[in-house]
Amino acid sequence: MDMSENNQEQQGLLALSGLQEEFGEAVQSVREGVDCPIVVVQRDAIVDVCHYLKSQQGYEILVDLCGVDMSEHPSYVQGDARFEVVYNLLSVEHNKRLRLKVLLSEREMVASVVEVWPTANWFEREAFEMYGIIFNYHPDLRRLLTDYGFEGHPMLKDFPLTGRAEMFFDEDQWRCVYRPNQLENRMLIQRTWPGVDRG
Amino acid sequence: MAEIKNYTLNFGPQHPSAHGVLRLVLELDGEVVERADPHIGLLHRGTEKLFEYKTYLQNVPYFDRFDYVSMMANEHAYALAVEKLLGVEAPERAQYIRVMYAELTRILNHCLWLGASALDIGAMTVFLYCFREREDIFDYYEEVSGARMHAAYFRPGGVSQDLPEGLLEKIKGFTERFPGYVDEYETLLTENRIWKQRNVDIGVVDKEAALAWGFSGPMIRGSGIAWDLRKTQPYDVYDKLDFEIPVGATGDCYDRYLVRVEEMRQSNEIIRQCIEWLSKNPGDVRSDDARLHKPSRASMKGDMEALIHHFKHFSEGYHVPEGEVYAAVEHPKGEFGVYLVSDGSNKPYRMKVRASGFAHLEALDYMCRGHMLADVVTILGSQDIVFGEVDR
Repeated sequence: MDMSENNQEQQGLLALSGLQEEFGEAVQSVREGVDCPIVVVQRDAIVDVCHYLKSQQGYEILVDLCGVDMSEHPSYVQGDARFEVVYNLLSVEHNKRLRLKVLLSEREMVASVVEVWPTANWFEREAFEMYGIIFNYHPDLRRLLTDYGFEGHPMLKDFPLTGRAEMFFDEDQWRCVYRPNQLENRMLIQRTWPGVDRG
Repeated sequence: MAEIKNYTLNFGPQHPSAHGVLRLVLELDGEVVERADPHIGLLHRGTEKLFEYKTYLQNVPYFDRFDYVSMMANEHAYALAVEKLLGVEAPERAQYIRVMYAELTRILNHCLWLGASALDIGAMTVFLYCFREREDIFDYYEEVSGARMHAAYFRPGGVSQDLPEGLLEKIKGFTERFPGYVDEYETLLTENRIWKQRNVDIGVVDKEAALAWGFSGPMIRGSGIAWDLRKTQPYDVYDKLDFEIPVGATGDCYDRYLVRVEEMRQSNEIIRQCIEWLSKNPGDVRSDDARLHKPSRASMKGDMEALIHHFKHFSEGYHVPEGEVYAAVEHPKGEFGVYLVSDGSNKPYRMKVRASGFAHLEALDYMCRGHMLADVVTILGSQDIVFGEVDR
Protein backbone atom coordinates (compact mmCIF):
# COMPACT_ATOMS: atom_id res chain seq x y z
CA MET A 1 0.00 0.00 0.00
CA ASP A 2 2.71 2.47 1.05
CA MET A 3 4.94 1.39 -1.80
CA SER A 4 2.29 1.96 -4.40
CA GLU A 5 1.46 5.33 -2.87
CA ASN A 6 5.12 6.32 -3.02
CA ASN A 7 5.28 5.19 -6.61
CA GLN A 8 2.25 7.23 -7.45
CA GLU A 9 3.79 10.26 -5.83
CA GLN A 10 7.00 9.81 -7.74
CA GLN A 11 5.16 9.34 -10.98
CA GLY A 12 3.22 12.50 -10.21
CA LEU A 13 6.43 14.46 -9.71
CA LEU A 14 7.99 12.87 -12.81
CA ALA A 15 5.09 14.00 -14.94
CA LEU A 16 5.54 17.44 -13.45
CA SER A 17 9.22 17.52 -14.33
CA GLY A 18 7.91 17.16 -17.88
CA LEU A 19 6.12 20.40 -17.15
CA GLN A 20 9.45 21.99 -16.29
CA GLU A 21 11.00 20.78 -19.55
CA GLU A 22 8.03 22.11 -21.48
CA PHE A 23 7.98 25.55 -19.90
CA GLY A 24 11.53 25.94 -18.55
CA GLU A 25 11.96 29.12 -16.55
CA ALA A 26 8.25 29.80 -16.38
CA VAL A 27 7.85 27.01 -13.85
CA GLN A 28 9.46 28.50 -10.78
CA SER A 29 9.29 25.54 -8.43
CA VAL A 30 7.84 22.06 -8.03
CA ARG A 31 7.53 20.46 -4.61
CA GLU A 32 5.52 17.81 -2.82
CA GLY A 33 3.00 19.29 -0.40
CA VAL A 34 1.17 17.63 2.48
CA ASP A 35 -1.58 16.42 0.17
CA CYS A 36 -0.47 16.94 -3.44
CA PRO A 37 2.31 18.46 -5.56
CA ILE A 38 2.55 22.24 -5.54
CA VAL A 39 3.76 24.08 -8.62
CA VAL A 40 4.59 27.77 -8.70
CA VAL A 41 4.24 29.30 -12.14
CA GLN A 42 5.19 32.70 -13.52
CA ARG A 43 2.14 34.80 -14.11
CA ASP A 44 2.69 35.28 -17.86
CA ALA A 45 2.66 31.54 -18.43
CA ILE A 46 -0.40 30.56 -16.42
CA VAL A 47 -2.85 30.15 -19.31
CA ASP A 48 -0.40 28.07 -21.37
CA VAL A 49 0.45 25.91 -18.37
CA CYS A 50 -3.25 25.36 -17.65
CA HIS A 51 -3.96 24.43 -21.26
CA TYR A 52 -1.05 21.99 -21.14
CA LEU A 53 -2.14 20.46 -17.83
CA LYS A 54 -5.70 20.05 -19.05
CA SER A 55 -4.94 18.59 -22.46
CA GLN A 56 -1.71 16.66 -21.79
CA GLN A 57 -1.98 15.63 -18.15
CA GLY A 58 -5.70 15.16 -17.76
CA TYR A 59 -6.55 17.83 -15.17
CA GLU A 60 -10.11 18.26 -16.42
CA ILE A 61 -11.54 19.98 -13.36
CA LEU A 62 -10.64 23.24 -11.74
CA VAL A 63 -11.86 22.44 -8.25
CA ASP A 64 -11.10 25.72 -6.61
CA LEU A 65 -9.44 29.02 -7.26
CA CYS A 66 -8.75 31.51 -4.54
CA GLY A 67 -6.55 34.38 -3.53
CA VAL A 68 -4.35 34.57 -0.44
CA ASP A 69 -3.02 37.80 1.05
CA MET A 70 0.47 36.97 2.34
CA SER A 71 1.23 40.40 3.82
CA GLU A 72 0.84 39.31 7.46
CA HIS A 73 2.38 35.87 7.11
CA PRO A 74 5.46 35.38 9.31
CA SER A 75 7.51 34.35 6.27
CA TYR A 76 6.59 37.50 4.37
CA VAL A 77 9.41 39.95 3.73
CA GLN A 78 8.80 43.48 2.55
CA GLY A 79 9.10 43.46 -1.23
CA ASP A 80 7.87 39.90 -1.70
CA ALA A 81 4.86 39.25 -3.84
CA ARG A 82 1.85 40.14 -1.70
CA PHE A 83 -0.74 37.88 -3.26
CA GLU A 84 -0.95 34.23 -4.16
CA VAL A 85 -3.54 32.97 -6.58
CA VAL A 86 -4.09 29.29 -5.84
CA TYR A 87 -5.57 26.90 -8.39
CA ASN A 88 -6.59 23.48 -7.08
CA LEU A 89 -6.84 21.05 -9.97
CA LEU A 90 -8.28 17.57 -10.11
CA SER A 91 -7.89 14.83 -12.67
CA VAL A 92 -10.87 12.50 -12.67
CA GLU A 93 -9.21 10.25 -15.22
CA HIS A 94 -5.97 9.70 -13.30
CA ASN A 95 -7.41 10.35 -9.83
CA LYS A 96 -4.83 12.91 -8.77
CA ARG A 97 -4.70 16.47 -7.58
CA LEU A 98 -2.36 19.35 -8.21
CA ARG A 99 -2.01 22.82 -6.79
CA LEU A 100 -0.85 25.65 -9.02
CA LYS A 101 0.23 28.97 -7.63
CA VAL A 102 0.90 32.35 -9.14
CA LEU A 103 2.62 35.02 -7.07
CA LEU A 104 1.51 38.59 -7.62
CA SER A 105 2.65 41.92 -6.30
CA GLU A 106 0.09 44.62 -5.72
CA ARG A 107 -1.38 46.03 -8.92
CA GLU A 108 -0.03 43.14 -10.98
CA MET A 109 -2.54 41.35 -13.16
CA VAL A 110 -2.84 37.71 -14.09
CA ALA A 111 -4.56 36.31 -17.15
CA SER A 112 -7.92 34.65 -16.66
CA VAL A 113 -8.21 30.88 -17.13
CA VAL A 114 -11.90 31.03 -18.12
CA GLU A 115 -10.93 29.91 -21.63
CA VAL A 116 -9.49 26.70 -20.14
CA TRP A 117 -12.17 25.92 -17.55
CA PRO A 118 -15.41 27.93 -17.83
CA THR A 119 -16.02 27.30 -14.14
CA ALA A 120 -13.14 29.68 -13.33
CA ASN A 121 -15.47 32.56 -14.09
CA TRP A 122 -17.11 32.92 -10.69
CA PHE A 123 -14.06 31.84 -8.75
CA GLU A 124 -12.06 34.64 -10.38
CA ARG A 125 -14.85 37.10 -9.75
CA GLU A 126 -14.74 36.14 -6.10
CA ALA A 127 -10.95 36.48 -5.89
CA PHE A 128 -11.22 39.89 -7.57
CA GLU A 129 -13.87 41.05 -5.16
CA MET A 130 -12.18 39.76 -2.04
CA TYR A 131 -8.58 40.76 -2.84
CA GLY A 132 -8.75 43.18 -5.75
CA ILE A 133 -6.75 40.82 -7.95
CA ILE A 134 -7.50 41.72 -11.57
CA PHE A 135 -7.86 38.86 -14.01
CA ASN A 136 -7.03 39.99 -17.52
CA TYR A 137 -9.36 38.98 -20.37
CA HIS A 138 -12.05 37.89 -17.91
CA PRO A 139 -15.40 38.17 -19.73
CA ASP A 140 -17.32 39.73 -16.87
CA LEU A 141 -15.27 40.81 -13.86
CA ARG A 142 -18.04 42.11 -11.59
CA ARG A 143 -18.47 41.81 -7.86
CA LEU A 144 -20.17 38.59 -6.83
CA LEU A 145 -20.90 38.15 -3.16
CA THR A 146 -20.84 41.58 -1.52
CA ASP A 147 -23.60 44.16 -1.74
CA TYR A 148 -24.23 46.20 -4.87
CA GLY A 149 -22.00 49.24 -4.54
CA PHE A 150 -19.78 47.77 -1.82
CA GLU A 151 -16.42 49.50 -1.56
CA GLY A 152 -13.11 47.83 -0.78
CA HIS A 153 -11.81 44.28 -0.84
CA PRO A 154 -12.90 42.66 2.42
CA MET A 155 -10.48 39.73 2.65
CA LEU A 156 -7.38 41.94 2.57
CA LYS A 157 -5.50 41.67 5.84
CA ASP A 158 -5.68 45.44 6.33
CA PHE A 159 -9.48 45.50 5.94
CA PRO A 160 -11.07 45.61 9.42
CA LEU A 161 -13.12 42.62 10.55
CA THR A 162 -16.07 44.85 11.43
CA GLY A 163 -16.00 46.54 8.03
CA ARG A 164 -16.04 50.21 7.19
CA ALA A 165 -19.72 50.90 6.65
CA GLU A 166 -22.88 49.74 8.31
CA MET A 167 -26.36 49.70 6.88
CA PHE A 168 -29.55 50.50 8.74
CA PHE A 169 -33.14 51.34 7.88
CA ASP A 170 -33.87 55.03 8.00
CA GLU A 171 -37.46 55.71 9.12
CA ASP A 172 -37.53 59.25 7.70
CA GLN A 173 -36.31 58.35 4.24
CA TRP A 174 -38.06 54.94 4.39
CA ARG A 175 -35.11 53.16 2.87
CA CYS A 176 -31.82 51.50 3.78
CA VAL A 177 -28.87 53.85 4.10
CA TYR A 178 -25.17 53.40 4.81
CA ARG A 179 -23.17 55.29 7.39
CA PRO A 180 -19.57 54.98 8.56
CA ASN A 181 -19.08 52.09 10.92
CA GLN A 182 -19.23 52.90 14.61
CA LEU A 183 -18.37 49.41 15.81
CA GLU A 184 -15.21 48.87 17.78
CA ASN A 185 -12.66 46.31 16.62
CA ARG A 186 -12.23 43.75 19.39
CA MET A 187 -9.68 41.00 19.70
CA LEU A 188 -10.76 38.45 22.28
CA ILE A 189 -8.02 35.89 21.75
CA GLN A 190 -4.60 36.95 20.56
CA ARG A 191 -2.92 35.15 17.70
CA THR A 192 -0.05 33.18 19.25
CA TRP A 193 2.69 30.96 17.95
CA PRO A 194 4.15 27.99 19.80
CA GLY A 195 7.08 28.90 22.01
CA VAL A 196 6.48 32.64 21.88
CA ASP A 197 3.99 35.05 23.44
CA ARG A 198 3.81 32.86 26.49
CA GLY A 199 4.79 35.63 28.95
CA MET B 1 -46.39 43.10 -37.36
CA ALA B 2 -45.29 44.30 -33.97
CA GLU B 3 -41.68 43.68 -33.12
CA ILE B 4 -41.25 41.31 -30.19
CA LYS B 5 -38.29 42.03 -28.00
CA ASN B 6 -36.65 39.95 -25.34
CA TYR B 7 -37.57 40.99 -21.86
CA THR B 8 -35.93 40.42 -18.53
CA LEU B 9 -37.62 38.85 -15.56
CA ASN B 10 -36.47 39.12 -12.00
CA PHE B 11 -36.81 35.73 -10.32
CA GLY B 12 -36.46 35.87 -6.56
CA PRO B 13 -35.03 36.60 -4.03
CA GLN B 14 -38.44 36.11 -2.39
CA HIS B 15 -39.60 33.40 -4.78
CA PRO B 16 -40.37 30.16 -2.92
CA SER B 17 -38.63 28.08 -5.59
CA ALA B 18 -35.46 30.15 -5.33
CA HIS B 19 -34.34 27.89 -2.45
CA GLY B 20 -33.59 30.71 -0.09
CA VAL B 21 -32.08 33.85 -1.42
CA LEU B 22 -31.30 33.55 -5.11
CA ARG B 23 -31.90 36.53 -7.30
CA LEU B 24 -31.99 35.35 -10.87
CA VAL B 25 -32.19 37.81 -13.74
CA LEU B 26 -33.66 35.93 -16.67
CA GLU B 27 -33.63 37.17 -20.23
CA LEU B 28 -36.65 35.68 -21.92
CA ASP B 29 -37.79 35.36 -25.49
CA GLY B 30 -41.43 34.64 -24.96
CA GLU B 31 -41.23 31.83 -22.46
CA VAL B 32 -37.83 30.56 -23.58
CA VAL B 33 -34.81 31.42 -21.45
CA GLU B 34 -32.06 33.11 -23.43
CA ARG B 35 -29.76 33.92 -20.55
CA ALA B 36 -29.81 33.45 -16.81
CA ASP B 37 -27.70 35.66 -14.57
CA PRO B 38 -27.71 34.53 -10.94
CA HIS B 39 -27.03 37.30 -8.44
CA ILE B 40 -25.77 35.61 -5.32
CA GLY B 41 -24.40 36.85 -2.06
CA LEU B 42 -27.60 37.73 -0.24
CA LEU B 43 -26.59 35.25 2.46
CA HIS B 44 -22.92 36.23 2.46
CA ARG B 45 -21.74 36.39 6.06
CA GLY B 46 -18.02 36.77 5.54
CA THR B 47 -17.27 33.48 7.26
CA GLU B 48 -13.85 33.17 5.63
CA LYS B 49 -12.87 36.50 7.13
CA LEU B 50 -14.18 35.44 10.54
CA PHE B 51 -12.12 32.22 10.39
CA GLU B 52 -8.94 34.26 10.47
CA TYR B 53 -9.94 35.77 13.82
CA LYS B 54 -11.10 32.57 15.53
CA THR B 55 -9.16 29.67 16.98
CA TYR B 56 -9.37 26.24 15.39
CA LEU B 57 -11.90 25.05 17.95
CA GLN B 58 -14.06 28.14 17.62
CA ASN B 59 -14.22 27.61 13.87
CA VAL B 60 -16.03 24.26 14.10
CA PRO B 61 -19.59 25.60 14.53
CA TYR B 62 -19.22 27.95 11.57
CA PHE B 63 -19.08 24.89 9.37
CA ASP B 64 -22.56 23.80 10.38
CA ARG B 65 -23.83 27.02 8.92
CA PHE B 66 -22.41 26.55 5.44
CA ASP B 67 -24.66 23.95 4.01
CA TYR B 68 -27.25 24.09 6.75
CA VAL B 69 -29.04 20.93 5.63
CA SER B 70 -25.98 18.68 5.86
CA MET B 71 -24.21 20.04 8.86
CA MET B 72 -21.92 17.21 9.87
CA ALA B 73 -20.65 16.64 6.34
CA ASN B 74 -19.22 20.18 6.39
CA GLU B 75 -17.53 19.63 9.72
CA HIS B 76 -16.06 16.44 8.32
CA ALA B 77 -14.04 18.31 5.69
CA TYR B 78 -12.74 20.75 8.28
CA ALA B 79 -11.79 18.02 10.73
CA LEU B 80 -9.91 16.16 8.00
CA ALA B 81 -8.05 19.29 6.86
CA VAL B 82 -6.84 20.16 10.36
CA GLU B 83 -5.94 16.54 11.09
CA LYS B 84 -3.87 16.34 7.91
CA LEU B 85 -1.84 19.41 8.84
CA LEU B 86 -1.40 18.21 12.42
CA GLY B 87 -0.48 14.74 11.26
CA VAL B 88 -3.07 13.25 13.60
CA GLU B 89 -5.50 10.48 12.83
CA ALA B 90 -8.80 9.98 14.59
CA PRO B 91 -9.23 6.62 16.38
CA GLU B 92 -11.05 3.96 14.41
CA ARG B 93 -14.21 4.16 16.49
CA ALA B 94 -14.40 7.90 15.91
CA GLN B 95 -13.94 7.31 12.20
CA TYR B 96 -16.82 4.84 12.15
CA ILE B 97 -19.01 7.24 14.09
CA ARG B 98 -18.13 10.00 11.67
CA VAL B 99 -18.91 7.86 8.65
CA MET B 100 -22.20 6.75 10.18
CA TYR B 101 -23.21 10.34 10.87
CA ALA B 102 -21.96 11.52 7.51
CA GLU B 103 -24.27 8.99 5.88
CA LEU B 104 -27.19 9.89 8.14
CA THR B 105 -26.51 13.45 7.03
CA ARG B 106 -26.62 12.34 3.40
CA ILE B 107 -30.07 10.89 3.96
CA LEU B 108 -31.06 14.07 5.80
CA ASN B 109 -29.90 16.17 2.89
CA HIS B 110 -31.43 14.03 0.17
CA CYS B 111 -34.75 13.94 2.03
CA LEU B 112 -34.87 17.71 2.09
CA TRP B 113 -33.80 17.88 -1.53
CA LEU B 114 -36.40 15.36 -2.65
CA GLY B 115 -39.18 17.01 -0.69
CA ALA B 116 -38.30 20.53 -1.76
CA SER B 117 -37.68 19.83 -5.42
CA ALA B 118 -40.86 17.76 -5.70
CA LEU B 119 -42.72 20.61 -4.03
CA ASP B 120 -41.27 23.03 -6.60
CA ILE B 121 -42.77 20.90 -9.32
CA GLY B 122 -46.08 20.58 -7.51
CA ALA B 123 -45.97 17.29 -5.58
CA MET B 124 -46.95 18.08 -2.02
CA THR B 125 -47.11 14.61 -0.48
CA VAL B 126 -43.44 13.76 -0.94
CA PHE B 127 -42.47 16.79 1.10
CA LEU B 128 -44.52 15.60 4.05
CA TYR B 129 -43.16 12.05 3.82
CA CYS B 130 -39.55 13.24 3.64
CA PHE B 131 -39.85 15.56 6.59
CA ARG B 132 -41.14 12.70 8.69
CA GLU B 133 -37.81 10.89 8.24
CA ARG B 134 -35.80 14.06 8.75
CA GLU B 135 -37.39 14.36 12.17
CA ASP B 136 -35.95 10.97 13.19
CA ILE B 137 -32.46 11.94 12.08
CA PHE B 138 -32.66 15.25 13.91
CA ASP B 139 -33.39 13.26 17.04
CA TYR B 140 -30.19 11.25 16.52
CA TYR B 141 -28.30 14.49 16.05
CA GLU B 142 -29.74 15.78 19.29
CA GLU B 143 -28.87 12.65 21.24
CA VAL B 144 -25.27 12.79 20.25
CA SER B 145 -24.56 16.52 20.35
CA GLY B 146 -27.43 18.27 22.11
CA ALA B 147 -28.39 20.25 19.03
CA ARG B 148 -30.89 19.25 16.39
CA MET B 149 -29.14 20.95 13.52
CA HIS B 150 -25.91 22.77 14.26
CA ALA B 151 -24.16 19.93 15.98
CA ALA B 152 -20.43 20.88 16.15
CA TYR B 153 -19.90 17.18 16.74
CA PHE B 154 -17.00 16.28 14.44
CA ARG B 155 -13.86 17.83 15.86
CA PRO B 156 -10.30 17.70 14.64
CA GLY B 157 -9.00 14.50 16.25
CA GLY B 158 -12.27 12.60 16.49
CA VAL B 159 -15.75 13.46 17.68
CA SER B 160 -16.73 15.48 20.72
CA GLN B 161 -18.10 12.53 22.72
CA ASP B 162 -19.04 8.89 22.46
CA LEU B 163 -22.52 7.72 21.48
CA PRO B 164 -25.05 7.63 24.32
CA GLU B 165 -26.38 4.26 25.42
CA GLY B 166 -29.22 2.87 23.37
CA LEU B 167 -28.70 5.17 20.40
CA LEU B 168 -27.34 2.44 18.14
CA GLU B 169 -30.53 0.39 18.60
CA LYS B 170 -32.63 3.40 17.63
CA ILE B 171 -30.60 4.06 14.50
CA LYS B 172 -30.72 0.37 13.72
CA GLY B 173 -34.50 0.51 13.87
CA PHE B 174 -34.38 3.46 11.50
CA THR B 175 -32.22 1.59 8.97
CA GLU B 176 -34.75 -1.24 9.01
CA ARG B 177 -37.66 1.10 8.36
CA PHE B 178 -35.95 3.39 5.90
CA PRO B 179 -35.81 1.22 2.71
CA GLY B 180 -39.59 0.96 2.93
CA TYR B 181 -39.85 4.73 3.12
CA VAL B 182 -37.69 5.10 0.01
CA ASP B 183 -40.07 2.70 -1.73
CA GLU B 184 -42.89 5.01 -0.73
CA TYR B 185 -41.18 8.00 -2.31
CA GLU B 186 -40.54 6.00 -5.42
CA THR B 187 -44.15 4.88 -5.81
CA LEU B 188 -45.09 8.55 -5.71
CA LEU B 189 -42.51 9.76 -8.20
CA THR B 190 -40.44 7.32 -10.22
CA GLU B 191 -43.13 6.21 -12.64
CA ASN B 192 -45.29 9.28 -12.13
CA ARG B 193 -46.25 10.69 -15.54
CA ILE B 194 -46.14 14.33 -14.47
CA TRP B 195 -42.83 13.86 -12.66
CA LYS B 196 -41.33 12.30 -15.76
CA GLN B 197 -42.69 14.95 -18.11
CA ARG B 198 -41.16 17.64 -15.95
CA ASN B 199 -37.79 15.94 -15.46
CA VAL B 200 -36.84 13.71 -18.37
CA ASP B 201 -34.56 15.44 -20.91
CA ILE B 202 -34.53 18.66 -18.92
CA GLY B 203 -31.19 20.26 -18.14
CA VAL B 204 -29.09 17.65 -19.94
CA VAL B 205 -25.38 17.90 -19.14
CA ASP B 206 -22.98 15.66 -21.01
CA LYS B 207 -19.69 14.38 -19.63
CA GLU B 208 -17.48 17.09 -21.15
CA ALA B 209 -19.71 19.87 -19.88
CA ALA B 210 -19.92 18.32 -16.43
CA LEU B 211 -16.11 18.32 -16.20
CA ALA B 212 -15.67 21.77 -17.70
CA TRP B 213 -18.14 23.29 -15.25
CA GLY B 214 -16.48 21.60 -12.28
CA PHE B 215 -19.44 19.44 -11.30
CA SER B 216 -19.17 16.95 -8.48
CA GLY B 217 -21.32 14.63 -6.42
CA PRO B 218 -24.70 13.52 -7.81
CA MET B 219 -24.41 16.12 -10.58
CA ILE B 220 -21.32 14.53 -12.14
CA ARG B 221 -22.59 11.00 -11.48
CA GLY B 222 -25.91 11.88 -13.11
CA SER B 223 -23.88 12.71 -16.22
CA GLY B 224 -22.40 9.22 -16.28
CA ILE B 225 -19.01 9.71 -14.63
CA ALA B 226 -18.48 7.27 -11.77
CA TRP B 227 -16.62 9.74 -9.57
CA ASP B 228 -17.13 9.52 -5.84
CA LEU B 229 -14.48 10.61 -3.36
CA ARG B 230 -15.62 7.92 -0.94
CA LYS B 231 -14.37 5.35 -3.45
CA THR B 232 -11.66 7.14 -5.39
CA GLN B 233 -9.93 9.03 -2.59
CA PRO B 234 -11.31 7.29 0.50
CA TYR B 235 -11.09 9.06 3.83
CA ASP B 236 -11.83 7.72 7.31
CA VAL B 237 -13.10 4.13 7.00
CA TYR B 238 -14.93 4.28 3.68
CA ASP B 239 -12.45 1.84 2.16
CA LYS B 240 -13.54 -0.81 4.67
CA LEU B 241 -17.21 -0.53 3.82
CA ASP B 242 -19.16 -2.12 1.06
CA PHE B 243 -21.33 0.13 -1.07
CA GLU B 244 -22.00 0.99 -4.67
CA ILE B 245 -21.96 4.16 -6.71
CA PRO B 246 -25.06 4.79 -8.80
CA VAL B 247 -24.40 6.45 -12.15
CA GLY B 248 -26.81 8.12 -14.56
CA ALA B 249 -27.03 7.56 -18.30
CA THR B 250 -28.22 10.75 -19.96
CA GLY B 251 -27.41 13.49 -17.47
CA ASP B 252 -30.88 15.01 -17.23
CA CYS B 253 -32.83 16.00 -14.13
CA TYR B 254 -34.52 12.62 -13.96
CA ASP B 255 -31.13 10.83 -13.83
CA ARG B 256 -29.99 13.04 -11.01
CA TYR B 257 -33.20 12.18 -9.17
CA LEU B 258 -32.57 8.45 -9.65
CA VAL B 259 -28.95 8.78 -8.55
CA ARG B 260 -29.93 10.53 -5.34
CA VAL B 261 -32.66 8.06 -4.51
CA GLU B 262 -30.26 5.16 -4.96
CA GLU B 263 -27.68 6.98 -2.85
CA MET B 264 -30.17 7.04 0.00
CA ARG B 265 -30.43 3.26 -0.17
CA GLN B 266 -26.63 2.88 -0.32
CA SER B 267 -26.19 5.25 2.62
CA ASN B 268 -28.63 3.12 4.55
CA GLU B 269 -26.41 0.09 3.86
CA ILE B 270 -23.31 1.94 5.03
CA ILE B 271 -25.05 2.98 8.25
CA ARG B 272 -26.06 -0.61 8.86
CA GLN B 273 -22.45 -1.79 8.48
CA CYS B 274 -21.22 0.96 10.80
CA ILE B 275 -23.74 0.03 13.48
CA GLU B 276 -22.60 -3.57 13.30
CA TRP B 277 -18.97 -2.57 13.82
CA LEU B 278 -19.68 0.05 16.47
CA SER B 279 -21.78 -2.27 18.61
CA LYS B 280 -18.89 -4.75 18.83
CA ASN B 281 -15.95 -2.37 19.23
CA PRO B 282 -16.01 0.05 22.14
CA GLY B 283 -13.04 2.38 22.46
CA ASP B 284 -11.72 5.90 22.35
CA VAL B 285 -13.38 8.54 20.24
CA ARG B 286 -10.73 11.22 20.71
CA SER B 287 -7.19 10.96 19.40
CA ASP B 288 -4.55 10.46 22.09
CA ASP B 289 -2.99 13.80 21.18
CA ALA B 290 -3.71 15.71 24.39
CA ARG B 291 -3.63 19.09 22.66
CA LEU B 292 -6.81 18.36 20.78
CA HIS B 293 -9.20 17.61 23.58
CA LYS B 294 -10.11 18.90 26.98
CA PRO B 295 -9.09 17.00 30.13
CA SER B 296 -11.73 15.01 31.96
CA ARG B 297 -13.86 16.72 34.58
CA ALA B 298 -12.61 14.38 37.29
CA SER B 299 -8.93 15.09 36.63
CA MET B 300 -9.56 18.82 36.78
CA LYS B 301 -10.79 18.56 40.36
CA GLY B 302 -7.49 17.42 41.76
CA ASP B 303 -4.86 18.23 39.16
CA MET B 304 -3.60 21.77 38.59
CA GLU B 305 -2.06 20.89 35.22
CA ALA B 306 -5.36 19.55 33.99
CA LEU B 307 -7.05 22.78 35.04
CA ILE B 308 -4.47 24.85 33.16
CA HIS B 309 -4.85 22.58 30.16
CA HIS B 310 -8.60 23.08 30.22
CA PHE B 311 -8.21 26.84 30.41
CA LYS B 312 -5.63 26.93 27.63
CA HIS B 313 -7.66 24.57 25.45
CA PHE B 314 -10.66 26.86 25.42
CA SER B 315 -8.85 30.21 25.43
CA GLU B 316 -5.66 30.03 23.44
CA GLY B 317 -6.47 26.80 21.64
CA TYR B 318 -3.98 24.55 19.90
CA HIS B 319 -1.38 25.47 17.31
CA VAL B 320 -1.38 23.94 13.87
CA PRO B 321 2.00 23.62 12.13
CA GLU B 322 2.81 25.94 9.27
CA GLY B 323 1.74 24.64 5.91
CA GLU B 324 -1.16 24.34 3.57
CA VAL B 325 -3.55 21.56 2.78
CA TYR B 326 -6.65 20.88 0.75
CA ALA B 327 -9.03 18.29 2.14
CA ALA B 328 -12.28 17.33 0.47
CA VAL B 329 -15.16 15.07 1.35
CA GLU B 330 -17.96 13.60 -0.69
CA HIS B 331 -20.58 15.93 0.65
CA PRO B 332 -24.22 15.05 -0.17
CA LYS B 333 -24.16 17.85 -2.75
CA GLY B 334 -20.74 17.16 -4.23
CA GLU B 335 -17.15 17.87 -3.37
CA PHE B 336 -16.91 20.05 -0.29
CA GLY B 337 -13.33 21.10 0.21
CA VAL B 338 -11.39 23.14 2.71
CA TYR B 339 -8.17 24.82 1.63
CA LEU B 340 -6.34 25.70 4.82
CA VAL B 341 -3.21 27.83 5.06
CA SER B 342 -1.65 27.86 8.49
CA ASP B 343 1.16 30.10 9.72
CA GLY B 344 1.82 27.93 12.76
CA SER B 345 -0.39 29.96 15.08
CA ASN B 346 -3.60 29.12 16.92
CA LYS B 347 -5.78 30.61 14.17
CA PRO B 348 -5.97 29.78 10.47
CA TYR B 349 -4.06 32.23 8.31
CA ARG B 350 -6.45 31.71 5.44
CA MET B 351 -9.23 29.21 5.00
CA LYS B 352 -11.10 28.89 1.75
CA VAL B 353 -14.19 26.77 1.55
CA ARG B 354 -14.91 25.15 -1.76
CA ALA B 355 -18.64 24.63 -1.96
CA SER B 356 -20.02 22.33 -4.62
CA GLY B 357 -23.16 24.41 -5.00
CA PHE B 358 -21.07 27.40 -6.06
CA ALA B 359 -19.84 25.62 -9.18
CA HIS B 360 -23.24 24.08 -9.87
CA LEU B 361 -25.10 27.37 -9.64
CA GLU B 362 -22.54 28.95 -11.93
CA ALA B 363 -23.52 26.44 -14.61
CA LEU B 364 -27.20 27.35 -14.26
CA ASP B 365 -26.90 29.72 -17.19
CA TYR B 366 -25.48 26.93 -19.36
CA MET B 367 -28.14 24.44 -18.24
CA CYS B 368 -31.13 26.76 -18.63
CA ARG B 369 -30.47 28.18 -22.07
CA GLY B 370 -33.18 27.22 -24.50
CA HIS B 371 -35.42 25.80 -21.80
CA MET B 372 -38.82 27.12 -20.78
CA LEU B 373 -39.27 29.37 -17.78
CA ALA B 374 -40.91 26.60 -15.76
CA ASP B 375 -37.88 24.36 -16.34
CA VAL B 376 -35.62 26.83 -14.55
CA VAL B 377 -37.30 25.77 -11.34
CA THR B 378 -36.78 22.09 -12.14
CA ILE B 379 -33.13 22.58 -13.03
CA LEU B 380 -32.46 24.68 -9.96
CA GLY B 381 -34.17 22.03 -7.88
CA SER B 382 -32.11 19.23 -9.42
CA GLN B 383 -28.88 21.08 -8.58
CA ASP B 384 -29.71 20.89 -4.88
CA ILE B 385 -28.67 24.44 -4.10
CA VAL B 386 -28.36 25.67 -0.55
CA PHE B 387 -27.31 29.25 -0.17
CA GLY B 388 -25.45 28.85 3.06
CA GLU B 389 -22.63 27.18 1.16
CA VAL B 390 -22.90 29.15 -2.09
CA ASP B 391 -22.63 32.54 -0.41
CA ARG B 392 -20.52 31.51 2.60
